[in-house]
Amino acid sequence: MSAMLDIQNLHARVGEADILKGLSLSVKPGEVHAIMGPNGSGKSTLSYVLSGRDHYEVTQGSVTLDGSDLLAMSPEERAWAGVFLAFQYPLEIPGVTNMTFLKTALNAVRKGRGESELDAASFLRLVREKAQGLGMRDDMLKRELNVGFSGGEKKRNEVLQMALLEPRLAILDETDSGLDVDALRIVGEGVNALRSPERSFVVITHYQRLLDYIKPDYVHVLAKGQIIETGSADLAHQLEKTGYADYVDRAHA
Amino acid sequence: MREAKATIDDATVNQVSDLAGQNYKYGFVTDIDADRAPNGLNADIIRFISAKKEEPAWLLDWRLEAYERWQTMEEPEWAHVAYPKIDYQDLCYYSAPKSMEDGPKSLDDVDPELLRTYEKLGIPLVEQEVLAGVRKVAVDAVFDSVSVGTTFREELAKSGVIFCSFSEAVREHPELVRKYLGSVVPQSDNYFAALNSAVFSDGSFVYIPPGVHCPMELSTYFRINEANTGQFERTLVIADRGAYVSYLEGCTAPMRDENQLHAAVVELVALEDAEIKYSTVQNWYPGDAEGRGGIYNFVTKRGDCREDRSKISWTQVETGSAVTWKYPSCVLRGNDSVGEFYSIAISNNMQQVDSGTKMLHLGRNTSSRIISKGISAGRSSNAYRGKVSVHRKAQNARNFTQCDSLLIGDRSAAHTVPYIEVKNQSAQIEHEATTSKISDDQLFYCQQRGLNAEEAVALIVNGFCREVLQHLPMEFAVEAQKLVGISLEGSVG
Repeated sequence: MSAMLDIQNLHARVGEADILKGLSLSVKPGEVHAIMGPNGSGKSTLSYVLSGRDHYEVTQGSVTLDGSDLLAMSPEERAWAGVFLAFQYPLEIPGVTNMTFLKTALNAVRKGRGESELDAASFLRLVREKAQGLGMRDDMLKRELNVGFSGGEKKRNEVLQMALLEPRLAILDETDSGLDVDALRIVGEGVNALRSPERSFVVITHYQRLLDYIKPDYVHVLAKGQIIETGSADLAHQLEKTGYADYVDRAHA
Repeated sequence: MREAKATIDDATVNQVSDLAGQNYKYGFVTDIDADRAPNGLNADIIRFISAKKEEPAWLLDWRLEAYERWQTMEEPEWAHVAYPKIDYQDLCYYSAPKSMEDGPKSLDDVDPELLRTYEKLGIPLVEQEVLAGVRKVAVDAVFDSVSVGTTFREELAKSGVIFCSFSEAVREHPELVRKYLGSVVPQSDNYFAALNSAVFSDGSFVYIPPGVHCPMELSTYFRINEANTGQFERTLVIADRGAYVSYLEGCTAPMRDENQLHAAVVELVALEDAEIKYSTVQNWYPGDAEGRGGIYNFVTKRGDCREDRSKISWTQVETGSAVTWKYPSCVLRGNDSVGEFYSIAISNNMQQVDSGTKMLHLGRNTSSRIISKGISAGRSSNAYRGKVSVHRKAQNARNFTQCDSLLIGDRSAAHTVPYIEVKNQSAQIEHEATTSKISDDQLFYCQQRGLNAEEAVALIVNGFCREVLQHLPMEFAVEAQKLVGISLEGSVG
């Protein structure tokens, strides 16, 4: 089976700083890949480069999604192509209700995919169904997007967006940060419910605990802008015990 | 109802695509023979206008008096706007579409070319279900200077509501016009109001009799068509005791290289227990990206809460005009009267806006509320100028002011100039102000969810304006939201 996401020798910089230095990663449909690593190893940079954020400059290498050159696309084109980034710090948009935002996003993505826009009634049915699946009450849909949301509510709302937009490739950027155990479980279950043979996940995390809920097929260690170790889910447990120091040292060599 | 909605959506989609790439959709010029006065302003021109409209002697005298006062006045220079000196002798003060000479008896008599113009504007004059989808809306359209037709009149007449062109009101209801004209905005109130009083050509007139809740939204569309035609409409709305009316005006103008002057006067009178809600959606041609052309919008709007427990509410969405100078105000004369001002002012490219409100608290227990949202993009300048004044005898006056500015890009400017003048110790005045920018993080978040940059800006700005949009009549809120997005096209990326 060929790769859905194929990253080859990726080099990227922010301003004057080189962050990614020859990162390669191949993700097949249906797989879950965890990327772990110490602070400053380039985890968030990878998620921004994949989603097309400004000021993250690719200097070398290639990224394809389903064979198409991802790096040539604008951020919204990547969203249409099926890239979804669950933000570490979801943004607040005052005055825009969650419902309005979800509907605008869904219809923008559908339009981008050449599908017709959903009418108000069908949208309402769909969003209610997905929200209930995540244990979200209606009033959270009526509130302003992320304004006054708790950390858990924000992350759950990211998962709701993921469920609605039905991405090919979901990137979770430190989704576990700021979550207590209960919130972690709910988010983890929400993500698990979205796993399918056609959908792949790149789960970026600092700690092993999220991986108790979202079982990865592969665990990669990212240090100094490169993947320096790849293993099974057991590698995450081992890292929890030994820390990253060994790997970082090795990356120096 | 669903069909009507679908029509609006399609029309809006077309509108958006037509406007892509800085094209002003309403930039067409209707080819109709106009009956226009020679350029220039003098007493004879005023007599010409008055004669054209077969006005009574008292109104001609009133105009001439205004003209005399105007000649002694200076054009105001205190606003935060800059524009080349206007040559008032080089403007045309009267232009009527020629086929109107004998006056149309019904819409069937109206020049079809005119009706097509309205169709292009997306504002069908003929009674039709699009606007009536939710509630019925009566439209009185001012085409340059003459009102061409009023719809729904019969139904309104049943409830005793008078809704007609100003000229017609002068003919049919002279006692009402004479009693209220200039009673809120006197002839010599300011330079532009004096000019308007001298040369106003037409406008709308509304009278709601005592105890009547006007059965539909009343609506007027202004449009400037002739080159070099200043448009000077006069609007007078009177809500008698216990009456209620909601009134909406929309404005568009064709695209032209030269600037066109628009100096209107709107007077509102609310008697005891009456309420007037006055909404404006203004998208006059703003000029091109380099600031060529566009409308000078110098307008005087004032409402008089003349008797106890009356209420006047202004809501405005200002997206057009090259230069805007406009301060819809409330005189809270009656005890327990209420004044409100909800405003969205958007400026892009080279537009200049100096707008705000005045709340004059005169009666006891009066309250006012000001919510102003200014959005500046491109190289535009956007100033809020407001005055809250509490008279010595105005016991227990209350005011709440919230004034938010949003900046887009790094070359636009926002200014806030609030004046507060309190002469009574019992007053409670609150003022809140914020200035913010659309962050790159917010934009990226929206783009990651599939919106392009312009859709993202439109969404964020609509959120910023939400508190004001909520106060628009429902039929127009959707269109206003689209307009917000259209006005900001080209402001990012």
